[in-house]
Amino acid sequence: MEENSDARVAVGEYKAGWHDPEESTIRFDFGLSEEVVREISSLKNEPQWMTEVRVKAFKHFSERKMPTWGNMSMLEEIDFDKICYYLRSSESTEKDWEDVPEDIRNTFERLGIPEAEQKWLSGVTAQYESEAVYHSIREDLESQGVIFLDMDSGLREYPDLVKKWFCSVVPYSDNKFSALNTAVWSGGSFIYVPEGVHVEMPVQAYFRINAKNMGQFERTLIIADKGSSIHYVEGCTAPTYSTDSLHSAVVELIALPGSHIRYSTIQNWSANVYNLVTKRGIAHENAKIEWVDGNIGSKLTMKYPAVILKGEGSHAEVISVAYSGAGQHQDAGAKIHHLASNTTSKILSKSISKNGGRGSYRGMVTVSPKADNCKLNVVCDALILDEGSRSDTYPTMEVANPTARCEHEASVSKVSDEQLFYLMSRGHSEEESLAMIVNGFFEPFTRELPMEYAVELNQLMALEMEGSIG
Amino acid sequence: MSLLEIKDLHAGIDGNEILKGINLKIGPGEIHAIMGRNGSGKTTTANIIMGHPDFEVEKGDVLLEGESLLELEAWERARKGVFLSFQYPQAVPGLQVGNFLRKSVASIRGEGEAKGSGFREGLTAAMEALDIPRSFMSRYVNDGFSGGEKKRFEILQLMLLRPRLAVLDETDSGLDIDGIRTVSEGVNAAIRGTESGALIITHYSRILEHVQPDVVHVLLDGKIVSSGGPELATKLEEKGYEWLKQ
Repeated sequence: MEENSDARVAVGEYKAGWHDPEESTIRFDFGLSEEVVREISSLKNEPQWMTEVRVKAFKHFSERKMPTWGNMSMLEEIDFDKICYYLRSSESTEKDWEDVPEDIRNTFERLGIPEAEQKWLSGVTAQYESEAVYHSIREDLESQGVIFLDMDSGLREYPDLVKKWFCSVVPYSDNKFSALNTAVWSGGSFIYVPEGVHVEMPVQAYFRINAKNMGQFERTLIIADKGSSIHYVEGCTAPTYSTDSLHSAVVELIALPGSHIRYSTIQNWSANVYNLVTKRGIAHENAKIEWVDGNIGSKLTMKYPAVILKGEGSHAEVISVAYSGAGQHQDAGAKIHHLASNTTSKILSKSISKNGGRGSYRGMVTVSPKADNCKLNVVCDALILDEGSRSDTYPTMEVANPTARCEHEASVSKVSDEQLFYLMSRGHSEEESLAMIVNGFFEPFTRELPMEYAVELNQLMALEMEGSIG
Repeated sequence: MSLLEIKDLHAGIDGNEILKGINLKIGPGEIHAIMGRNGSGKTTTANIIMGHPDFEVEKGDVLLEGESLLELEAWERARKGVFLSFQYPQAVPGLQVGNFLRKSVASIRGEGEAKGSGFREGLTAAMEALDIPRSFMSRYVNDGFSGGEKKRFEILQLMLLRPRLAVLDETDSGLDIDGIRTVSEGVNAAIRGTESGALIITHYSRILEHVQPDVVHVLLDGKIVSSGGPELATKLEEKGYEWLKQ
């Protein structure tokens, strides 16, 4: 077993830290070059234009410097030559769990995915390393014209749609990691919801890294046509290893006029995973985009879900929580650009740091000169559980239109002994009491999640509080 | 056997001795009151019984039904049947009253008691008795509560948790006359006619007009200087504490 005891300590009782024996059908050597990029593309029989985009993105990645903000020392530790950029563990994407290789199926069963699918989901895609191993959508949605595919199948079956929107929200040159993702992307989801169709139950994607030193670069594109709605939920876990893995996704959302996209994430990577993700959506007239973003795991997360409010009357919400334990840094936040009049936005960020963990809120809201009567609301709260843990706030507001109404609140608090004593006097152990305070602090976030996820998140946080009383 | 017995208790905080040898016995079904001025050690007594970690016991013992409580943590004491109605109940934003009550009943009285129609009926009855509206359940514990709401919520918990021993620390402070009457009825309902007991800690005799104590103790500078029947409370109200100093 490769599980490192330090990493174990760092994540406490991380429940998803097991790994399967590695049985790959295709595994690339460590390191990245133009050949590797071309090989990934040819392996997937991609159209010429995609190969070219990949190669351009790779060149940009090679030249682009690391970000000069965030946790630079942690970023510098990433060794791009010691990462496997493509690993295929299953020959194909199956529609029946029975056809998924046994080890992989067992892993997803332990994670509760097939069970959740039966109970409350409209569709599921399960990605293992670089490729989707399982994919399914309810027939009634398919018959209404809803497309829900893994991204590779999306490109094969709907090349024109993909070509039209791919990189339209997040250009490969946006940042070093969006360039990396565009060069080596594999898997992820492709969703198109036709005009006026409401997908009532959420669709879910689950991402699992199993191999050591793995890089997972899924690419997701969601297009909600006029007046439609969809709720997309993603979860992710990885084994606990002593060496680092890299997860660098790009997610692009296009909310056409009057549509509604809600994108919920519970990120629970093990404490050896770098999670450097670019998520952005464009909201057209009267459309609504919501990012509900929970960051519990990973070594370093840098993620700032963004919304460009391009159409009049559009609305954006980013609700996020971050938990940083020993050795973890969650550098998370939100970006919202008000480009049109009568647009509204709301950011709620909640972060908890414990055992020396570090949580940073980094947010940017801009209002362009032409956008009249915009409303912005930013609230960020931090809860620090012990000495030596850290919380920072980097809020930026650039408002170039005087008619905008802006509200901003920030708070930093600590758990008081009196609060703990009060709860303990009602029969709750110190750990249970702390979990009650922490879950209460996260409540404005959890109430936005589907019930099943809210329960899971509360249990996750209760686990994180175990053994925390010295 | 006494329900609560305090034996020669010397205790304090940060090295300062506040309680200087307290002796007290409360029998099943009895209600006692401790009266005293600010700084006499009333709240310290309450905190020591409940097990506040900041307070240190130097000497003596506190026994519930013959068993020492001193080595137990607050939550263990709660599960043995000790309850404290706080002078300053703490807010826990995001923790819903309904969930909290259910969890507390489950911890103290057992999972089975926190489920089904039995729990709901008990809750509804207690809320009606205390004039607490239904909407209270979805609020957050003590978050944004008025002084009166906080005290009613403490007594609601008392009624649902059914402790062996209830300690009420300044429950009457911050309440108007109607509030005191309502809260007192709650205390009477929870204690009178049961095998449980209560210790009411207060400045004033007002609450004692509604919850008739069996014994009144006067605490002065960390010692019980006088004990007697309910008439002692009336006397204190008229004459103050000075006469006890002689």
